Amino acid sequence: MLLFPLPHFPRFPIYSCSSSATKRRGTAMAAKLLSRLRQLDTRLISLQHQRPFFRNARLFSGQQIPSSDSHPSLPPTPTPTPLPPPSAGSAGEKRQRTSSLKDHELAKFAAISDTWWDSEGPFKPLHAMNPTRLAFIRSTLCRHFSKDPNVPKPFDGLEIVDVGCGGGILSEPLARLGATVTGVDAVEKNIKIAHLHADLDPTTSTIDYVCTTAEKLVEEGRQFDAVMSLEVFIINISVLKISDSRLQHYFSFRSIHLVATSIHVIEHVADPAEFCKSLAALTRPGGAVVISTINRSIRAYAAAIVAAEYILHWLPRGTHQWSSFLTPEELVMILKRSSIDVEEMAGFVLNPLTGKWLLSDDVSVNFIAFATKKAEG
Amino acid sequence: MNRLVVRRTLYSNHHQPKCPWKRGFCSGGEAAAAAPASSASSGQLNHKDGSFAGDDQPYDLAIVGGGMVGMALACSLATKPLTKHLKVAIIDSNPALANKLSIKREDPPDPRVSTVTPATISYFQDAGAWQYVQQHRHAFFDKMQVWDYTGLGYTTYDARDVYKDVLGCVVENRVLHSSLLSRIEDTDVQKTIYPSRLASMIRYPSSSVKADDNTREASYIKAGLVKLEMSDGSSLYTKLVVGADGAKSQVRNLAGFKTTGWNYSQNAIICTVEHSVGNHTAWQRFLPGGPIALLPIGDNFSNIVWTMSPKQASDLTVMNEDEFVKAVNQAMDNGYGPHPKSNFSNGSNKFSFLGGNLTMSTNESFEVPPKVVKLASKRAAFPLSLMHANDYVAKRIVLIGDAAHAVHPLAGQGVNLGFGDAFTLSRIIGEGVAVGTDIGEVSLLRKYEAERKPANIAMMAVLDGFQKIYSVDFGPLNVLRAAAFHAANYISPLKRGIISYASGEQRLPIFP
Repeated sequence: MLLFPLPHFPRFPIYSCSSSATKRRGTAMAAKLLSRLRQLDTRLISLQHQRPFFRNARLFSGQQIPSSDSHPSLPPTPTPTPLPPPSAGSAGEKRQRTSSLKDHELAKFAAISDTWWDSEGPFKPLHAMNPTRLAFIRSTLCRHFSKDPNVPKPFDGLEIVDVGCGGGILSEPLARLGATVTGVDAVEKNIKIAHLHADLDPTTSTIDYVCTTAEKLVEEGRQFDAVMSLEVFIINISVLKISDSRLQHYFSFRSIHLVATSIHVIEHVADPAEFCKSLAALTRPGGAVVISTINRSIRAYAAAIVAAEYILHWLPRGTHQWSSFLTPEELVMILKRSSIDVEEMAGFVLNPLTGKWLLSDDVSVNFIAFATKKAEG
Repeated sequence: MNRLVVRRTLYSNHHQPKCPWKRGFCSGGEAAAAAPASSASSGQLNHKDGSFAGDDQPYDLAIVGGGMVGMALACSLATKPLTKHLKVAIIDSNPALANKLSIKREDPPDPRVSTVTPATISYFQDAGAWQYVQQHRHAFFDKMQVWDYTGLGYTTYDARDVYKDVLGCVVENRVLHSSLLSRIEDTDVQKTIYPSRLASMIRYPSSSVKADDNTREASYIKAGLVKLEMSDGSSLYTKLVVGADGAKSQVRNLAGFKTTGWNYSQNAIICTVEHSVGNHTAWQRFLPGGPIALLPIGDNFSNIVWTMSPKQASDLTVMNEDEFVKAVNQAMDNGYGPHPKSNFSNGSNKFSFLGGNLTMSTNESFEVPPKVVKLASKRAAFPLSLMHANDYVAKRIVLIGDAAHAVHPLAGQGVNLGFGDAFTLSRIIGEGVAVGTDIGEVSLLRKYEAERKPANIAMMAVLDGFQKIYSVDFGPLNVLRAAAFHAANYISPLKRGIISYASGEQRLPIFP
């Protein structure tokens, strides 16, 4: 038995399909993922979790995962078209986010919130990378929108949307830099956590967190000056062996987030072109799009999968799927099809001695791209 | 505010709890017990500035200790575009902060002086405070001579060895302090001075507040801000506490930082003396009991820092002035041992085989320091010790200056390390604001620690090494020290390295 999964190359290059072929390929990948989800579901149920999280797992649509309290059930069988909610009757009520939450629920969310926001906790690599990403975003956006970078709030007057905001790790610094931020995530728990944390500081409590998807926002006709989508293009499936019951709390949350993110992301991976089209539609003409992801290279395989997951245990095994990474060229092409021009690209490099992330020209592992939409006329 | 659910454990001053800060509970005495209930009411009435209900809360930074290093931090933050919007509270009971005392040129020099290195001078120039220092008495020196009582060797350093004009500048502490204050007055930074002492420092756990409590104080507690309570009853909330309150730091004690260090069995006597001629050189002679340093402070005055055993120190402090002047002259001249032999000034010395690029000062002969004519101030003595805090940062707390480290004065580096801390912290805070970080974040503060700790520890190690080596009178060791003097004098790259390290141009002694 191999120690870690070999990289498996995608059968078709991602950028060259028509839409029906896309759906077929998407279905095939989704079927594979679905069977793994089933395994994960049964395994986690057997660990006697109190919280039901797979209940109404919706795999193919961009709809949110409601988090009400009925018993867990297996995910539905796949069909080629997006599914309506399987047990529509009982799933119905969406939980109100605000006042009907009981104190103990709030306390539960507050505890989880610490995990997301614990810079030494499970999300440590993300926190370590954050200042570097922000430095890139700051310099490119200031240059593009002709803002003075030497003021504490250079993004005053800019409207930014953070697609896939998670716990708000990127949204809060953007708000502190003066932007009007909308944070979007398909997982309601993430939105709750982000909301809780952002309310602590008056500068960040103005962030508008919405549990929705990019496509839904496009349908609503919203547009922003800058669209951020950092680290969303990755499949997160964790096939966890949770042995220690104390860690269940941590990793159970993570697996919710991770699997749900994969549910959210399958559509993207199956169709990154559509996702980029939505991002493009969300951008005002003359606006900016910032995307960061991991390159599909052997070096990224060695670093992000072998090293990070199996050797250093920074991320749970199976967090990343090598075949779903995008090369910079593919990303540029997909964006170009949606009339977004990539202007700058930079790589993130980790200095193993100091543990610091630096921006560099090396895009072979993590990279971030800054693109603009042509102004009208 | 009164409905606050408060769960705190109070520690009296006698217990030193292991890691109280990590559990979020700290207080400094029973004053704190009465504080939460009464501060709400009394704090607002008693204090004109920054009472609890003030709109300027919460502060971004609270600098506890308004001395030179604390004010250097405030000045640097106030003069940079990225950080000048930060709201600062300064907690110090020194009246000089609120009513700036004017220092006249004809005042006799204060014996408390510091040698500022060129690196510190350039920090001051960047912040725009050096112009104010230049309006008062200050003395640049460009030469330094170091020798010891055995008379076996000496070293002269010259600023021209490293192609500079000055080795350093000796300035009175009150001049440095008032220049920083003047510069802060120039800017329009929002600062509030709390003229009282810090009584306690608390960070309540966020679970101590009901979730639906919407008062401002509750929101500060939920955000994990630090509450500082002063001895006069006022209190404030802040995102970051900066401990700049000196060697006996209250912030360091309340936060439970552990320190390492030991007392030197030495006291230092400081005083101002007068000469009949001007003095532009710094002189230091290592005596059996400890070094004596003569530093020019301008206008024919010099400052003496004489380190010796506590018994000798008390003797010298009480003896009458003429005797003291004679003792000083002896210590700088013929007492305890002979003069070192001069280098031959025609250049035909035994080290000329080293070839060109010798420093200018290699050829300088030994000079006797100018005689002291009279004593110009009172003598003060204080004990010396080494102290280093094991950590400089914790969540929402950071230590700078003497609160973090205390060194031997033998190389005049103590306050320069402190200024280095202050200006580095201000730069790191600027970098944090530039990427939208909350300035109390530990990861940001750790960057400051990672930059300053190695430099501070290296300097402390060097100074402690010197202190130990010179405290022993043992024949072979004396010869070794003499050889070191000769090496430093004649091996030019070594001399240049020593000068640039001591001037602050080089951060670490070995790797630049």
